[in-house]
Amino acid sequence: MLISFLLLPILTAILLLFIKDKKTATTTAIVGAMATLLLAVVATTTKVEAFDIAWLPSLHSRFVLQVDGLAKILILLTAISFPAILIATAKNEYKQQNKFLSLLLFTQAGLMGVFLAGDALLFYFFWELALIPVYFLCSIWGGDKRIAITFKFFIYTFLGSLFMLVGILYLNAHTADHSFSIQSFLHANLTGHQQVTAFALFFIAFAIKMPIFPLHTWQPDVYEQSPTAVTMVMSAVMVKMGLYGILRWLLPLFPIAFMAHTNVVVILSVIGILYASFIAIRQDDIKRLIAYSSIAHIGLMNAAIFSNTSIAIQGALLQLFSHGINVIGLWIVADVIEQQTGTRSMQQMGGLAKKQPILAILLVGFAFANIALPLTNAFVGEFLMFTGLFQFNPWIAAFAGVSVILAAIYTLNMVQKVAYGEISEKINTMQAPNKGAQAVLIILLIIVFVTGVYPQPLFTLTADTLQQLLVK
Amino acid sequence: MNAIIVSALLGVIMMFCSWGIKSQKTQQSIALIGMFLLLLCNLAQLSGWFVINYDTKGMLAFTRFGLYVNTLFFAITFIYIWLNGEEIAKFANQAADFYALFFFILCGASILTSFDNLLMLFIGIEILSIPLYILTGSDKKNLFSNEASLKYFLMGSFSTGILLLGITFIYGATGSFHLAAPIIKPSTGLPQEQMILSAGLLLVFAAMNFKVSAAPFHFWTPDVYDGAPTVFTSFMATIVKAAGFIAFITIFNSQAKALGHSWELILTFVIIATLLVGNIVAVFQRSVKRMLAYSSIAQAGFMLFALYGKSTYANEGIILYAVVYSLATIGVFGVLIKMKENSFEAFNGLAKTHPLVAFVTTIFLFSLAGIPLTGGFFAKYYMLNALYAAGAGLWLIILAILFAAVSVFYYFKLVQAMYFAAGEPTINEVPKKYQYALLVIALLLLILGVFPTVLFNYLYF
Repeated sequence: MLISFLLLPILTAILLLFIKDKKTATTTAIVGAMATLLLAVVATTTKVEAFDIAWLPSLHSRFVLQVDGLAKILILLTAISFPAILIATAKNEYKQQNKFLSLLLFTQAGLMGVFLAGDALLFYFFWELALIPVYFLCSIWGGDKRIAITFKFFIYTFLGSLFMLVGILYLNAHTADHSFSIQSFLHANLTGHQQVTAFALFFIAFAIKMPIFPLHTWQPDVYEQSPTAVTMVMSAVMVKMGLYGILRWLLPLFPIAFMAHTNVVVILSVIGILYASFIAIRQDDIKRLIAYSSIAHIGLMNAAIFSNTSIAIQGALLQLFSHGINVIGLWIVADVIEQQTGTRSMQQMGGLAKKQPILAILLVGFAFANIALPLTNAFVGEFLMFTGLFQFNPWIAAFAGVSVILAAIYTLNMVQKVAYGEISEKINTMQAPNKGAQAVLIILLIIVFVTGVYPQPLFTLTADTLQQLLVK
Repeated sequence: MNAIIVSALLGVIMMFCSWGIKSQKTQQSIALIGMFLLLLCNLAQLSGWFVINYDTKGMLAFTRFGLYVNTLFFAITFIYIWLNGEEIAKFANQAADFYALFFFILCGASILTSFDNLLMLFIGIEILSIPLYILTGSDKKNLFSNEASLKYFLMGSFSTGILLLGITFIYGATGSFHLAAPIIKPSTGLPQEQMILSAGLLLVFAAMNFKVSAAPFHFWTPDVYDGAPTVFTSFMATIVKAAGFIAFITIFNSQAKALGHSWELILTFVIIATLLVGNIVAVFQRSVKRMLAYSSIAQAGFMLFALYGKSTYANEGIILYAVVYSLATIGVFGVLIKMKENSFEAFNGLAKTHPLVAFVTTIFLFSLAGIPLTGGFFAKYYMLNALYAAGAGLWLIILAILFAAVSVFYYFKLVQAMYFAAGEPTINEVPKKYQYALLVIALLLLILGVFPTVLFNYLYF
C-alpha cells in the first residue's frame, strides 16, 4: 500500500505530460491529488505494513517504506496540501500548464518518499528528487529574478545534501552489517567523537533546508520569486523535511552529540526567530512578510526539538502539521489578492473587509492562527513548545516568547493594512474569489479550529514516535 | 587474447574494405558488425567457451575484471559508432579508415586491461595513442585541428618517453619488467635500489597522469579536446581515458606499496590539484566544448579515487564511473555535434524547439554532475566510498563533495540556457533516429541510476 504513495503521484504526473488541454490537465491533477489524500486518510487511520523489497544487494541497501506517527502526520499534511493548493490555484494560468502540474506532482512523490523511506540511501535519493522538480518549477515559472535566485537555492541545498551523503557513507561504514536501514544505523556503536562528526554532517543538510539562521539567506528571495503554488509547497511541506530529518535521524542516531549541541542550536534558532520577526515587521511585500514569519515559526519548532523535553517535542510534532495548514491558508489569501490586483505591496491594499468581507474574515482567521491565539491549532503546539523551552531554560523561553508579541505585531499590522482602512484603488477592482479557493480556505479554517479545540487525534497519532524518541 | 587478436584483424579488414565498398552507410554497418563480433569473441573468452591460447610468457594476464571491462568498452564503442556514423563520415573520403583506427585503439585498450608486464603497458599505450594523433588531426583543412594534433603528438611522445624512462628505472632496481615482481622492501633491499625504484615509479606515475589528463599534467587537454573534431573528442574523452585509468590502477594497485606512505601524499596532491583545476577553470569557460574538456579533467579527479587503495568499492566503482561517464559524455558531445557553434548561447531556448534533445541533454548533464536517479550519482558515491574504505581522511571526501557542488555550477549553466533563457538555438537539423539514439543512452543512464549493481552481476560469475 505504501508504494502507492509514490506511484499515484508519479503516474498522474506522467499522464499529465500528455494532456495538452489546460482544463483537463488541472482536473486530472486534482483528481490524482485527491486520490492520494484518500489513501493518506486510510493509511493514517489503519495499521499499515512496511513495504520492503531488495534494491541494491551489493550495497546492502533495501527499498524500504514504512510509517510511524511522525511519518503519518507529515504524509497527511502533504496529502492535504497538494489538493488544497491545486484547487485554490486552479484558475491561475501558466504557460505549459500540464508540465507545471506534472512537476508539482513529481515533487509530491519526492516528498512522500522522504517521509516514508526507512533506508538512508533511499532517504537521500528522495531528498534530492524532491528538489529537482522545484528547481525547474521556480526557474521556469517564477518572477523576474528567478533564475539566479533559484540557482542559489539549488546550490545551497545541494551542497547541504552532499554533506548528508558523506554522513550516510560514514555511518554506513560504522554499522555492523554495512547496511543503510535505520535499524542498523540505530545499533551502530559510535563513540562520542564519531557521533559529533556524523551529527555535523547531517545537521548542515537539515539546517539549510529548514532553514536555521545564519543559513536562511536563500529563503525569502525564493519564496518571493516562485510561483505561489510552489511557494506554498515549499513553505508548508518542504521545510518540514529538515525538521523531519532531525526527528527521524539526528535525535535517535546521535543522542550524545545531540545533547552536546542543544545549547548552540537553540540559541541560533532563537536568534533566527527574533531576527526574522523583526524583518517581518519591516516588510511591505505580503509574500516576503509570510516568508519571514515562516522562518520564525520553523525556528521555534527547531528550538523546541533541540530543547529535548518531551513536552516541547510533542508540541513540535503537532506544530509540524498545524503550521503547514496555517501557512497554506495565508498564502492562498495572498495569492487571491495578487492574482486579482496584481500587487503584493500592502501599501496599495486596504479596505478588503468592506469590499470582500468573506475573504477578509478568512484572512483574519488564518492571521489569528499565525499568532497562535487560543482556539486555533497553533496555540496548542506553541503552548507546549514554550512550556518545554521553559523547562529547558527560562531565559531562552523568555527570549523566544518575545516572538509571539512580534508575531502579533506584524500579523495584525498586515491585517490592518489589508483588510481595514479606506478601500484602495487596487482592492476596489477585486471580485469574489473563485469558489474553489473559497471552499479550500473554509475547509482549512475548519481544520484550524477543530484541531485547535480538539487536538487529541493528532496526539494519538504521534504517540508512538514520541515514545520511541523518549526511550532513546 | 581473443579481443586483442580479433580487434587487430578487424582493423586491417576495415582498412582494406574501402577498396571494394564505397558507401558510407555500408562501411558503418560493417564496422558495427565487426564491433559486435569483437564483443562476442570477448564474451566467448569471458565465459570460457572459446579461448585463443598463446603462450605470452606471463606478459599478459587475462583476469575476469579485465575481460569484463573490455566487454563494456566494446559495447560503448558500438553505441558510439551507431550514434556518430554520419558525423565520422564527414571528415574523410572513406570513413572506413577511421573505423580501422577505432579497432586499433580498442586493440591497445584490450592490452591495457590485461598487461602483466611493463613492456606490454608501453606497447598498449603506444597502440592506443598513435591512432589518436591521427584522429585529432583528421579535420585536415582546419588549422586548429592540425595544431591540436601536433601538440598532442609532441606532448604525447614526450610523456611516453618519460614512461619508458620510468620503466627502465624500475627494471634497473628490480631486474624485472614483471608487474608482480617482488617489490623491494626497505628492510631487505639496498637503499639505492629503493630510491631508483621510487624514482621509476614516480616517472610512470607522471606519464600515466598525462594520459588520463590529471593535473598538473593536464595542459594539453583543453587545446587538444577543443581543436579535435567534436566527434573524435567524444571518443578520446571516454573510452581512451577509461582505458588509461584501468592501466593506471593495474600498475599502482600492485606497486604503490613500494612508495610507502609518500604514495598517499602524492596521490592526494594530484587529486586535489586535478579537482581544483578542472572544476574552477570550467566555471569560467565560454565555450561548451572547452567547458567539457575541463569537466573531463575534473571527472578524472574523481576517478583517481580508485587508486587510493584496493577495495571492492574501488574496483566496482571505476567500472561504474567509466561506463556512466563515457555514456554521458558521448551523449553531450553527440548533442554538441549538432550545434552550429560551441557557445552556451547556442543552446538558448533549445527546450522549446527540441524538447526531447533538451531533455536527454539534461539527463547527461545531471549524470555528469552526480544528481540522483542518474548513473552519475552512484558512480560518485562508489568513488567516495572507495576513498573512505581506503582510509582517506574525511576532510578529503568533504573537499571532493565541495568540488562536486562547484561542478553543478557549470553543468547547470547549460540547463539554464536550454530551459530558462529565451532565444533561438543555433542547431542543425536533428533526425528523429538520432534523437532516439540519444534517448537510448539517456535511458541507460537512468537505469544505472536506479540499479547500478546490474553492471557488476557479471563481474563475479
